[in-house]
Amino acid sequence: MNLLGKLIRFILIQNRAGKTRLAKWYMQFDDDEKQKLIEEVHAVVTVRDAKHTNFVEVTPAPILSAPQFRNFKIIYRRYAGLYFCICVDVNDNNLAYLEAIHNFVEVLNEYFHNVCELDLVFNFYKVYTVVDEMFLAGEIRETSQTKVLKQLLMLQSLE
Amino acid sequence: MPAVSKGDGMRGLAVFISDIRNCKSKEAEIKRINKELANIRSKFKGDKALDGYSKKKYVCKLLFIFLLGHDIDFGHMEAVNLLSSNKYTEKQIGYLFISVLVNSNSELIRLINNAIKNDLASRNPTFMCLALHCIANVGSREMGEAFAADIPRILVAGDSMDSVKQSAALCLLRLYKASPDLVPMGEWTARVVHLLNDQHMGVVTAAVSLITCLCKKNPDDFKTCISLAVSRLSRIVSSASTDLQDYTYYFVPAPWLSVKLLRLLQCYPPPEDAAVKGRLVECLETVLNKAQEPPKSKKVQHSNAKNAILFETISLIIHYDSEPNLLVRACNQLGQFLQHRETNLRYLALESMCTLASSEFSHEAVKTHIDTVINALKTERDVSVRQRAADLLYAMCDRSNAKQIVSEMLRYLETADYAIREEIVLKVAILAEKYAVDYSWYVDTILNLIRIAGDYVSEEVWYRVLQIVTNRDDVQGYAAKTVFEALQAPACHENMVKVGGYILGEFGNLIAGDPRSSPPVQFSLLHSKFHLCSVATRALLLSTYIKFINLFPETKATIQGVLRAGSQLRNADVELQQRAVEYLTLSSVASTDVLATVLEEMPPFPERESSILAKLKRKKGPGAGSALDDGRRDASSNDINGGVEPTPSTVSTPSPSADLLGLRAAPPPAAPPAPASAGNLLVDVFDGPAAQPSLGATPEEAFLSELEPPAPESPMALLADPAPAADPGPEDIGPPIPEADELLNKFVCKNNGVLFENQLLQIGVKSEFRQNLGRMYLFYGNKTSVQFQNFSPTVVHPGDLQTQLAVQTKRVAAQVDGGAQVQQVLNIECLRDFLTPPLLSVRFRYGGAPQSLTLKLPVTINKFFQPTEMAAQDFFQRWKQLSLPQQEAQKIFKANHPMDAEVTKAKLLGFGSALLDNVDPNPENFVGAGIIQTKALQVGCLLRLEPNAQAQMYRLTLRTSKEPVSRHLCELLAQQF
Repeated sequence: MNLLGKLIRFILIQNRAGKTRLAKWYMQFDDDEKQKLIEEVHAVVTVRDAKHTNFVEVTPAPILSAPQFRNFKIIYRRYAGLYFCICVDVNDNNLAYLEAIHNFVEVLNEYFHNVCELDLVFNFYKVYTVVDEMFLAGEIRETSQTKVLKQLLMLQSLE
Repeated sequence: MPAVSKGDGMRGLAVFISDIRNCKSKEAEIKRINKELANIRSKFKGDKALDGYSKKKYVCKLLFIFLLGHDIDFGHMEAVNLLSSNKYTEKQIGYLFISVLVNSNSELIRLINNAIKNDLASRNPTFMCLALHCIANVGSREMGEAFAADIPRILVAGDSMDSVKQSAALCLLRLYKASPDLVPMGEWTARVVHLLNDQHMGVVTAAVSLITCLCKKNPDDFKTCISLAVSRLSRIVSSASTDLQDYTYYFVPAPWLSVKLLRLLQCYPPPEDAAVKGRLVECLETVLNKAQEPPKSKKVQHSNAKNAILFETISLIIHYDSEPNLLVRACNQLGQFLQHRETNLRYLALESMCTLASSEFSHEAVKTHIDTVINALKTERDVSVRQRAADLLYAMCDRSNAKQIVSEMLRYLETADYAIREEIVLKVAILAEKYAVDYSWYVDTILNLIRIAGDYVSEEVWYRVLQIVTNRDDVQGYAAKTVFEALQAPACHENMVKVGGYILGEFGNLIAGDPRSSPPVQFSLLHSKFHLCSVATRALLLSTYIKFINLFPETKATIQGVLRAGSQLRNADVELQQRAVEYLTLSSVASTDVLATVLEEMPPFPERESSILAKLKRKKGPGAGSALDDGRRDASSNDINGGVEPTPSTVSTPSPSADLLGLRAAPPPAAPPAPASAGNLLVDVFDGPAAQPSLGATPEEAFLSELEPPAPESPMALLADPAPAADPGPEDIGPPIPEADELLNKFVCKNNGVLFENQLLQIGVKSEFRQNLGRMYLFYGNKTSVQFQNFSPTVVHPGDLQTQLAVQTKRVAAQVDGGAQVQQVLNIECLRDFLTPPLLSVRFRYGGAPQSLTLKLPVTINKFFQPTEMAAQDFFQRWKQLSLPQQEAQKIFKANHPMDAEVTKAKLLGFGSALLDNVDPNPENFVGAGIIQTKALQVGCLLRLEPNAQAQMYRLTLRTSKEPVSRHLCELLAQQF
């Protein structure tokens, strides 16, 4: 078993042009590594279509060339022009994370009332709060939409 | 009215973001940002004290600017001030800024920690959560030291709110992962386990993650979690689809919690308590039953959530590997998914079935799906799905279906994606050998491999077929006949020429009776390929020719004529020239008897683990190929593919004739004093004058020595540049080729070898380093028969490297003749520590088309290591002196190669440090020390490597007096194991 155990490496929201709308890192990466990852995730994810799986294993060397990435995979889902990507251990449960993305998107949709890309741009600092409610330390923290939204509305009411 | 309006209360921020979005160009954006930065700076510096709102707004703007990718060098103090605000919105922005822009400024850390401490003690759950999230997001050692003791208390305190408990559990998890030593187990651990019983499902969700992590290191302390997890799981699985209300997701009760509980159980063997085990088996059966029920919703979310649990259940069943009934049911369920319309499910079913195939209970059940899997290999659109299908075919292969699987894989190979061809070739080669009933089938299969995908047939594969043919006299005649036929194809792959040359040189006599393959016919067939081949192959053919002189005296005159030709005797390539000269002399001075002894048939190869299997394992990491290693091995094929180290008595010591020319024993009087080389041919080609005073370098010897193969001929690395319109100017250097890092990695622990090779060019390296100086010889070999023009290799220093490393190069001749090589000398001086290697850019014109190639020059900081011996006491004293967190770098990583202590030692010594014995109390561990010598400064380095054979992991710790050096060395070295 991997000593690190299961752990989300990062969560990325990108648009089709490759602009990052959220980047949340759960491991130490330096700025160059982050930039490289962002570009490579964009490169592998945008070429896939509906006939492909929602999982990209990043085993072959050309993608994510540093060897420590070889045990990672990216689980992603596309919503309109946005790609939501979660990078996890190769042994992690694909479908659980795929639905974790959807759960997160439904919360955003409810919180921002029909969320669109611009909401994430103008309220970037609130998106971080939503993420921290649902994912913390690279783990799933809370899965109940009711509970998360209740908490978010409570925070919203604070000065 | 949306719940959140744009900018929500921070109008200035929204305006700024709009402005940025409206910028038409990058320049305009930078201009707008600089204006804003100047404005914020003046506000922060102004005399007027800013109110909380303004501070929040400006800090938030700075954060936005940072996230756009610009550097921020001020505002930290204002952000820290926000932490002590008593307004949530201000505090939140402060914490967010700190979490995103972590800064190890010690003065600030003290202030930040102080603010966190206050919030943790505030009894305000909102503030406590903010503080906990900040610790979890930053996760630094300093924070661990400050708070690791408080957080368990908050986690188990009776009066903590549920949301605080959730955050505390995961915050503790983060600190434990970062610095396990800081989190002492204690009385709280028992109470953490009982959180599995908590009423709040969110608390359970967070707690399971924490327990799963803690129990891996302390399985006994957390054993009680098994029964609690089982009963929790049982309650969820048996609940109706709406019982759990908030935690029901598309009619599936608590899917994520179920998955986490099932994963926790995979940390332990099956429960010992019969009642607990019974209850668990019931759960697993319930999940399998539910999979057969009609879906409660047509939404994909419903089926995904349900199947997430199902796949995790199957993982647990496979982990236990003790319930035949469940294993077979799992297999049947996956079988249904193999034809599902969802690509995701087909992919996951193939992946999961792969592990089922290695269980003795389910192997047969998996085999029944062979046709579906073969179909997947042919028709799936997503390459990763086809890859899984190929993996599964490999895993389910045994004696009964080997012929079918191998022929399907061969067929697939013709159209397979480039990315996976090499792996398929290895798999076919292994299966063909493993399950060969008759060896003629094996020979046919390998020759087919070369025919279909010759470029992807690595040396290991064709060496192996030669070993097997040499060792089995019942197949030698067939092999000779088959290669002879294969060589008659008008265009045959060079690898075919190599195999053919070798086999005919050894066993050509077995088919010489047939006039259609008489000795002169064999010779002229081989020689017709000679001129199209690379230096290495031509060298091999020359050896075949001298063997022919022994096998077929009638060919002697013809062959001597060929050897005597100017193109051989005066060949620009030293290896070819040498062979021609020596073979010619040998054939004329040695008597027939001497010739017969010297050129005798090769003795059988010692049995050893298949080099191909080793290669596949390297490719896939440890555990690959295990399906073949486990109990299902066929005894009858062991004679070839033993996989077992032979006992000394069974190793056939190479007879004197293994040294092909026998010259080591008795040099013929006329042996020319030409420089000779030993060992691996492809390296030798560039080895230049070497010390070894013998002639033994024949390609055959490489099979015996089974050296680490020189850079496998990688046709993937064809010069990437598809003929641009004009030669690029000298300034713009292309990015390094994708493999550059991998190639560089091979040289971290060694100084000589082949740096790069493709069909046109081979680049060899020899280098030596002393103190802060180094000298490197680069050998550029033109593998083609056409002259390279405008040949210009240059060394480039990206970024600051110019100030860190001085490299002097000499220009080389602008023309490189076909088959020739040129040498370039580099003088290197390390001025100060550096992180990135210089780039080597090679350009030339080949047949009119410009080619260019950028590699990383194998000069890494560790080359300037000077080993330092020291006693245990001194070591520990220095270790303690380097105890600042930034002086230490640590990595925990999976072993990519078999964990062999001797190999590890050699690598560490190659890395440059001294190895210190009797320092670490654990003899399994390695401890090293050394000094990095640069002109400006010396950097003392201590290292410790702890292998964990059971987990197939290593932990590597580096401590040096310079922070980036620790991290960099750690990264370099971690990639070597």
